[in-house]
Amino acid sequence: MSALGGLSGLVHPSLAAIGEVGEGFFKERTEGNLPCQARTSHLFCWDWATEHIDRYGTPTLQQAELVVISVIAGFVIAFALGLLAHRVRWLRPPLLAGTGILFAIPSIALFLLLLPITGRGRETAIIALTAYTLQIIYRNVVLGLDNVPGPVKDAARGMGLTSRQILWKVEVPMAVPEIIAGLRVATVSTVAIATLAVFAGGGGLGTQILGEANLTFPTAIVIAMVIVIAMGLFFDLILLTIQRLLTPWRRVRVV
Amino acid sequence: MSGLASLLPPAAYSFGGAFEFIFSEQASNVTGGKKVGGIEQVLELAATQVQVSILALLLALLIALPIGLYFGHRGVGELLAVGIGNAGRAVPELALIALVAVVIGVGTLTLVLVLAALGIAPILTNTFVGIRQVDRASVDAARGAGMTEFQILRKVELPLAVPSIMQGVRGASVNIVATATIAPLVGVLTLGEFILNENVYGSDGVLAGAICTAVLALIFEFGLAALQRRLTSKGLKLQQASA
Repeated sequence: MSALGGLSGLVHPSLAAIGEVGEGFFKERTEGNLPCQARTSHLFCWDWATEHIDRYGTPTLQQAELVVISVIAGFVIAFALGLLAHRVRWLRPPLLAGTGILFAIPSIALFLLLLPITGRGRETAIIALTAYTLQIIYRNVVLGLDNVPGPVKDAARGMGLTSRQILWKVEVPMAVPEIIAGLRVATVSTVAIATLAVFAGGGGLGTQILGEANLTFPTAIVIAMVIVIAMGLFFDLILLTIQRLLTPWRRVRVV
Repeated sequence: MSGLASLLPPAAYSFGGAFEFIFSEQASNVTGGKKVGGIEQVLELAATQVQVSILALLLALLIALPIGLYFGHRGVGELLAVGIGNAGRAVPELALIALVAVVIGVGTLTLVLVLAALGIAPILTNTFVGIRQVDRASVDAARGAGMTEFQILRKVELPLAVPSIMQGVRGASVNIVATATIAPLVGVLTLGEFILNENVYGSDGVLAGAICTAVLALIFEFGLAALQRRLTSKGLKLQQASA
């Protein structure tokens, strides 16, 4: 400090004229007065986080968009497959095996395997994420439709409903809890997996984790992680609300 | 990383190139003449990935199965068991691995522990649910026939819960093998090495890594499916077939 203190006295007048440059310039660099992110051991820098939080806005929106589009597409496909399997029983084993294989392929590999076919970009990420949701939603649609008690369907038939009416007015509404349970699992998983969309060039919060600067900086990783978990929770709550709205008879039973 | 990627020509991904990379060594731009890829390196990396995955899966089973069986049999802790499963799904593996690497450090032990932690949630939840789903009348009948609590668990509840437990194990396996792909981030070289270092292995290497990882995961999946068939009791299979 003494050496540095001596130096500050030698500062050229023109430099001193700038004001406090002289003082700040020769400040001793100890762990104490370094900014948090430059210290060797740190877990989370609040200052950095509050200053740079805006850089997470676009990736967060990208990731939410990936999730919403993929889950909706996955739901439409899986629901159609579920209805088909409900009618045509022999289709069940091949459909379960097919969706199961898609589910078993590691997400990161699926993202990359699509690159030669669909190229880098958002569409590739959406296709892979959609493929992931199929197994969970499909299984729950079939389960939900199967669990509708036979007597209920008999009663509906007795009242003169056609098969189509029984499906849409009795079976599907009664399967809603199972279907939404599948959607919730699929959505929360997709939020987490969408972090890997960066490998398909699909953006998202993975961009804030991968890369030299981020990989060695815990704060950047922690923020991305917290946003992903919060996003999963957020979508889960939305689906829970939808389920409550769609199954009013359940609420009555609880009371 | 992004700076380097922008210097490289736009990568052209082709399956042909990827298969060439898997079966024969290729020249690389940055290794100073040392060749990369080839079946030897692929098998070496795959072996590491299989080892850490199996270790982690066994460790997860060792921890999650007894806990799930105990709480399932006692019928307590439902919120916790299901909550752990839900929480486990929400955690982004990429962030977890990256965070562990920078905070705790690199190494095989760290990796196996993290992978095992990822496997615990699905196994625990599915074991618990599987045991709870066993018809209480069956348990009462077993108790009436003079079985001890341990016998009930071992001879009635466990066999009936096998499909659910194995579903959890398969879920855990998918998760563990997939996450082991990004293990090079914690300094353990698995097939993800090809994927994470595009500047060394080229676009062919990236795609080759993806192909090998997918094949490896499918081998795990089919192996566990075969194990499930062996572990499922005959009576249960007949019942499933007639359902």
